[in-house]
Amino acid sequence: MGYFARKVGFYLLALWGAVTLNFFLPRLVPGNPVDILIAKMSQNGAPPPGERAALTKLLGLGHGNIVVQYWDYLVQLAHLNLGVSVTNFPEPVTQVIAGGLPWTLVLVGVSTVLAFIIGTGLGALAGWTNNRFLNALAPATTFLTAVPYFWLALLFLYLFGVVWQIAPLNGGYDAAFTPGWNLQFIGSAIAHSWVPALTIVLAQLGGWLLSMRNMTLLTRSDDYVIAAQAKGFRPSRILLGYAGRNAVLPSVTGFAISLGFVVSGSLIMEIVFSYPGIGYLLLQAVENSDYAQMQGIFLVITIAVLGANFLVDVLYGFVDPRTRQST
Amino acid sequence: MSTLQTTEALATPDATTSDEQQANQRNLFRRLISSPQMLVGLIILIVFALAAVLGPIFIPNPNAIVGGSLEPPSLRFLLGTTQSGQNVLSQLIVSAQGTLIVGFAAGIIATILSLAIGIGGAFIGGFTDDVLNLITNVFLVIPALPLIIIITADLSTKGNSTSIIVIAITSWAGGARVLRGLTLSMRSRDYVLAARVAGEKTWRIVIIEVLPNLLAFILSSFIFSVVFAILTQAGLAFIGLESPSTQTWGNMLYFAQNAEALSSGAWWWFVPPGLCIALVGTALTLINLGLDTVINPKLGAATRMRRGRKVAAPSAGSGDTTEMDNASDREETVP
Repeated sequence: MGYFARKVGFYLLALWGAVTLNFFLPRLVPGNPVDILIAKMSQNGAPPPGERAALTKLLGLGHGNIVVQYWDYLVQLAHLNLGVSVTNFPEPVTQVIAGGLPWTLVLVGVSTVLAFIIGTGLGALAGWTNNRFLNALAPATTFLTAVPYFWLALLFLYLFGVVWQIAPLNGGYDAAFTPGWNLQFIGSAIAHSWVPALTIVLAQLGGWLLSMRNMTLLTRSDDYVIAAQAKGFRPSRILLGYAGRNAVLPSVTGFAISLGFVVSGSLIMEIVFSYPGIGYLLLQAVENSDYAQMQGIFLVITIAVLGANFLVDVLYGFVDPRTRQST
Repeated sequence: MSTLQTTEALATPDATTSDEQQANQRNLFRRLISSPQMLVGLIILIVFALAAVLGPIFIPNPNAIVGGSLEPPSLRFLLGTTQSGQNVLSQLIVSAQGTLIVGFAAGIIATILSLAIGIGGAFIGGFTDDVLNLITNVFLVIPALPLIIIITADLSTKGNSTSIIVIAITSWAGGARVLRGLTLSMRSRDYVLAARVAGEKTWRIVIIEVLPNLLAFILSSFIFSVVFAILTQAGLAFIGLESPSTQTWGNMLYFAQNAEALSSGAWWWFVPPGLCIALVGTALTLINLGLDTVINPKLGAATRMRRGRKVAAPSAGSGDTTEMDNASDREETVP
């Protein structure tokens, strides 16, 4: 079996695992979650006809044995019927998630890539040169890796929003502008997201910096680097073309695993900024015991993380040809 | 420090009389302590551990109303008061206990799980190992926190023990993967094969021959789990998924956030709990970095070379770990 076929197989299996886990989760709820949801919806208006039956199937609590329930649940998922949101009644959950997802994807995506590039670059320099400042930076970033994202967010919000008042206190954009591809809205979105982005970048930076510094230190004494030095190559060429290329491999593998952590950290951080992404929706769902919306968000986050991991794995197959050959 | 390293470098790897083994062990201990990162980490951790043990004895009721609302730090209240007039410093000290208990308990359970699944799978081999390895890899890519949040939100009983169990069962995978890789590379070592030929039972080989050699790695993965557990628990408490009656730093942040401490400028209420979480996390990470230079002597050697000192080869007793580490690297690149 080829490398890519194996990867596709693995991620499909992981997806199935997550979907199955999601099927069993509503059983943890004491009482009947369907009754709870319908009762909450009724407070805001009449639930759509057929909603009770659909929810029962979606949460895997229908009639018949567990195989039938599982099948009904899969059918609901296949039709992208994730129920009606209690929090944003009577919008369907899929629509609510579709509204929040782009915010999180752009914010977390951009700041993660930035953090990776800056951290890895600084780490390579710290490991390669004897620069005093860079080497003092490495232990200092240890502190950053241990800081909870949401607390860093609180701190920045306090400093930038309350004390210096150079950033808006909450939200993803100014309500005066309509979301769309116009300059005013994009400008407002950037003004609202630079502090959250800064939080994610700083919280991640230390990890990338430390691991790249250590790997560069290790490759520095490898034979092929010494050979390249003996040949009189420019140091920048050795770092970029020889040592760095090999030293970055563990970071690339780590990227896939860290993504889960980053997404997790960002979820709670969004709550601090009242940023209109997936994390904020998750909090609203938790506060309202909106089980359907919680399940939907869990599935979407998992699919996004698995997809990103798959991309990284494919990329890794190109960066390191050895992975494609083995086993 | 420098004389110690030179003597290590001169020692030959194949001389393993019991005397030298003891000397090596003493060296290892001294090297651990001589690592400044390790030392700083241990000191910070001990301070917090003392607060966790002694705090609740000296401060019987941290939630007592003792002052006015949102008083800024003063000599009477070093870290000011909360909105309802409780002493922030008292709460901070007592909360060390709850936070550390959750962190360490979840860390211990997660480590036991990763030992059983990682080492167990590698030793049983065959189909069982394939399945366990697959489950490990699947758990590794499913984002943990959303899962933890949803499980906790679904459950009716919220509290420290719920957090401990939920965090533990979602965070063992990373450790299990590393330990499996290491165990696979040790399985074919001569001394393990010799024990097999001698008819030793598998559990005995694992406990006597394998576990002691993996100790540093197990400790390191344990520390990672504790840091993860503390951060996760803080996050859970912050979004209100922990019983408000438990005393933790995360809960302090939850109350501060709900009372809008931010916009009223009461920095003394929300800065210290997060700072404490970060400090404990830093201390544990520093201990791990100190361990790292012991597990991976090349790293220490590289740092030493940089200081202008030539070191011949990795020291005695640690040559073994270098080999093991390379094996684990290879394992990492072939998931």
